[in-house]
Amino acid sequence: MEERPFSVISFNQFLNEEKLMGSRCKKCEVLYTPPRPICLKCFGEEMEWVELKGKGKLATFTSINVGPPWMVEQGYDRTHPYCSAVVDLDEGTRIDTRLEGVDASKPETIKIGMPLTVEFLHRGEGENMQTTLAFKPA
Amino acid sequence: MQKKRKLGRGVAVVGAGMSKFGMFKDKDSRDLLVEAYNEMLASLDKGMDPNDIEAIWFGNFSNDFYVKQGHCGPIVADWLGQTPKPVTRTEGACASSTLAFRDGVFAVASGFYDVVLVGGVEEMSKVTTEIATEGLALALDRPYEGMVGFTFPGVFAATANAYMHKYKGSTPDHLKMVSIKSHENAPFNPKAQFPYSVRDMMNRRIERAKKKGQPIPTWKDEWDYLHDLSANPMVAWPLQVMDCCPISDGASFVLLAAEEIAKNFTDTPIHVIGIGQGSGRPLHTKDDLTYFEANRNAAKEAYGLAGIEPKDVQFSEVHDCFSIAEIIHMEDLGFFKPGEGYKAVEQGLTKRGGPMPINTSGGLKSKGHPVGATGTAQMVEVFKQLRGEAGGRQIPNKNLRIGGSHNLGGTGGTCTFCIFERR
Repeated sequence: MEERPFSVISFNQFLNEEKLMGSRCKKCEVLYTPPRPICLKCFGEEMEWVELKGKGKLATFTSINVGPPWMVEQGYDRTHPYCSAVVDLDEGTRIDTRLEGVDASKPETIKIGMPLTVEFLHRGEGENMQTTLAFKPA
Repeated sequence: MQKKRKLGRGVAVVGAGMSKFGMFKDKDSRDLLVEAYNEMLASLDKGMDPNDIEAIWFGNFSNDFYVKQGHCGPIVADWLGQTPKPVTRTEGACASSTLAFRDGVFAVASGFYDVVLVGGVEEMSKVTTEIATEGLALALDRPYEGMVGFTFPGVFAATANAYMHKYKGSTPDHLKMVSIKSHENAPFNPKAQFPYSVRDMMNRRIERAKKKGQPIPTWKDEWDYLHDLSANPMVAWPLQVMDCCPISDGASFVLLAAEEIAKNFTDTPIHVIGIGQGSGRPLHTKDDLTYFEANRNAAKEAYGLAGIEPKDVQFSEVHDCFSIAEIIHMEDLGFFKPGEGYKAVEQGLTKRGGPMPINTSGGLKSKGHPVGATGTAQMVEVFKQLRGEAGGRQIPNKNLRIGGSHNLGGTGGTCTFCIFERR
């Protein structure tokens, strides 16, 4: 797995394998999620893969009533909202994610700061598999 | 140490005009840009020979997507009779035409050209709300923000929730106050898509229900109306429809001239004294979810060039694509301290008659937001205000001298701030 480029495609392949991955600069040890090939701090390009534990806290979120076509295809609409969120991972970085296991129609019950754990939402099989990153209450 | 930047020579806005903004079945982008161009021509006190225009910079986000027309630059030149002069299309999502303006200013400041036309257009209403939403979402970080379901309203809603979590006194009602304030200015702007106060909009709905024989709503006041989820539906919690700018068609133009020849066009040129731009990050790489890094860089550049401070800016148009955005922009531009923008709105400081009028045009919320046209349309407002030509929405300050226009593209990926002076 260390051979894979630090790219969007690799990140998504890892999600299919139920792994949440980031990259760490070998020179200055800054961690990035999702992975990136060039260090923002030292511009170094020597990166290594790091698997995240998949634990974190809710940084912010929203419940969305008017979604893009790929969410509408999954059955979400004005009366069936879904939640998108930003999670502060225990390792100190952030990630964009779906928020599952909460009542999206009662967003006032969802609290910023609540502990979360990772979940992988698979669609399709084999080569057609697509996985969306999600978190749910821990 | 960053070197002190300056323009090679002074540049002035000598004319400015915009089309009516709205959702038009019977007008396309070409009609709208002619309408805006003619308004710009009419604003030139001493007129202009179209042969004086040497080049065009033109902003358009995504007519490619909305009406399947890409490469709009040469079409603009052709339609205005300017072919074969150079025309350059700029794209910075909702800040596209401010990028055109910025490049046009640099072109004149460098001495390369003396007279440059800049503007923008967008035609968004020919598709459904869902498709328009998808079109705007093209400007998100698609594999990360987009694929987990974030939309434009979604990112700003998440930003609002982070803001309200950090600044405990702020509530969704403060967001509604922004919309109410902007709509108070709109009835005086004949170009506005919704030239109505919120109370007018409520009364129009009651009238419509009466006419159609439907149950008559029993709202006590505009607050009752705004809190009613059946009248003001949720888009992305806590943002309701009346927290979001509409889908719009429109065009706008400003004419730039070197300061030394500005008086050939008008006795009242408006001088460009500050220009700033910045870039921002997607949600997952932001250090802080309650402000826009690109804004702060744009502000720093603009104030640095102008040699002034935020307190010197007497009024501004800011990019209120969503109500929360106006509050955050006012903080990022230094008009109010971080966490105090919502208090300023509550205290009425940003009303037309207040100490810091914001969005006297009605803002994107009520004027409309044809994204590629918005940046230069904001400058149309600043131009009119500084020249005392804003009619019923004129700021009641006889010494109006310095105004700003702030434009945001995407979810803060491209932000600009321009400062103008009447001398």
